[in-house]
Amino acid sequence: MKVLVSIKRAIDYNVHIRIADDGSGVVTDGVKHSINPFDEIALEQAIRWKEDGTADEVVAVTIGGDAAVEQLRTALAFGCDRVLHVRTDQPVSSLTAARTLAAIAAQESPDVLLLGKQAIDDDNGQTGAMTAGLLGWPQATFASAITLGDHSARVTREIDAGLETLEIDLPGLITTDLRLNEPRYLKLPNIMKAKKKPIEDTTLEALGVTPAAGHRVVDTTPPAPRPAGERVDSVDALVARLNDKGLV
Amino acid sequence: MSRILVIADHFEGTLTAATAKAVAGAREIAHEALDVLVLAADGAAIAGEAARLAGVDRVTHLDRAENAHPIAAIAAPQIVAAVTQGHYSHVLAPNTSFGKDMMPRVAALLGVEMVTDLSAVLDTHRFQRPIYAGNALTTVETPPDETLVATVRTASFKPVAADAQADVAARQLDDDIELPTHSRFVGIENHATDRPDLATAKRVVSGGRGVGSAANFDIIREFADSIGAAVGASRAAVDAGYVPNDMQVGQTGKIIAPELYICFGISGAIQHLAGIKDAGTIVAVNADPDAPIFEIADIGLVGDLFEIIPALQSALGASS
Repeated sequence: MKVLVSIKRAIDYNVHIRIADDGSGVVTDGVKHSINPFDEIALEQAIRWKEDGTADEVVAVTIGGDAAVEQLRTALAFGCDRVLHVRTDQPVSSLTAARTLAAIAAQESPDVLLLGKQAIDDDNGQTGAMTAGLLGWPQATFASAITLGDHSARVTREIDAGLETLEIDLPGLITTDLRLNEPRYLKLPNIMKAKKKPIEDTTLEALGVTPAAGHRVVDTTPPAPRPAGERVDSVDALVARLNDKGLV
Repeated sequence: MSRILVIADHFEGTLTAATAKAVAGAREIAHEALDVLVLAADGAAIAGEAARLAGVDRVTHLDRAENAHPIAAIAAPQIVAAVTQGHYSHVLAPNTSFGKDMMPRVAALLGVEMVTDLSAVLDTHRFQRPIYAGNALTTVETPPDETLVATVRTASFKPVAADAQADVAARQLDDDIELPTHSRFVGIENHATDRPDLATAKRVVSGGRGVGSAANFDIIREFADSIGAAVGASRAAVDAGYVPNDMQVGQTGKIIAPELYICFGISGAIQHLAGIKDAGTIVAVNADPDAPIFEIADIGLVGDLFEIIPALQSALGASS
């Protein structure tokens, strides 16, 4: 079985972001970046399948500029067999990313295409379902458990009402939720070895992808701050405040 | 003028409150028509509920056995057919697990980009949405000549009243669309309770790692019940196995906007704060005076939750 994992370079989840004074966006220069946490879970899942013999080959792909090489090296250190870098210096919308992943899936013919459920920078959560739609593949989003069969997968999904189980035929697309697994810590020898492995380069043009250019971000601003709160020193004072506000 | 179609989110034969909030968001877009589409095995009753939502012009229900459970790959082509045949300029759904799964697939089939978690309507093709866990807001302009596909941030809109009576019609698609058979519903494990629904409750009480154990979480539930609140949790409490994941509040869980949010033993990671920023009043009780939750809380109390909750319960009992 062949598994293709899509990863995205994003500002590290622990960073308190800063918005550019001119409203043009979020400051990214000199800020720590990592693999989007949900994509790391997807990588971990694919490598576990490789380790238990379910998957023969794991390929990771990312779309982005030179800096994204760092995340591809991390994917290699996880144990991916091959990594693909779709090089572009332009910002990539979810639809463009979906078109790119669909083109790569057509070339690579994976049995399973794994993505994180959303990227923590744009919080869109669109790319997985868009890619599945473009490919005409089944989709199972927000996966917290996956059982792979030869031609189908059983996926437990985290939905608002609880846990739902779907069965999808393969090839299929799955997006990962937080509780699917706990990604491993990478060992130094693996990180060192990953530095020497090849990265396959391609471009949107080579893949025949037309970037979508529909939506335009006009500005980016900080949310309205909440008014400063107060500390109370006793339960009685807390109840009195709640009474004042008419909340109890 | 805009023609808007809202896709109904429903569960176990009942329209969810999130649908009424999506309609509230839709109403803020200047329009000539605001319709609701219900996909179900037998959607007449759900459509009847949707028809009562103020501001809705027309409700159609598309009944097929395949629609017994919402599966994006099966529903999306039907939604696309309804959008195309009805010449809709906007298609919206609430940003629930249903809408998040469904709408990107709809957008891809329509060949358009999408707005996730629309939090404010500035114009018919100008919207605001949060990014970076709600730490920034972006204004997005979308092309007027393509269908706008979006999910509506339910925490940003109050549900419309249910006092109207729109027309209801059962609907057949003009052409019999072939639906895929590659996706099958197996089952659902739902943690239904008699408590108010977390996503729509006016009051929410939640607990974090500081609660200490699954058994200790009963004290949170008891207190919530005593004030008629829904019960939530931080990711730490869910990961520690204290409570099921559908109680998680935050960037990756539910985003809520109750009038009163009281949290115990939650430190206040940015991912959790993303889920409660729109709450009316935030009360935090934590043993650590430096916990980041106090930066966002309207009222903070430092102390041991196991001493404070009983005192709070008896003080509230006495005052009411």
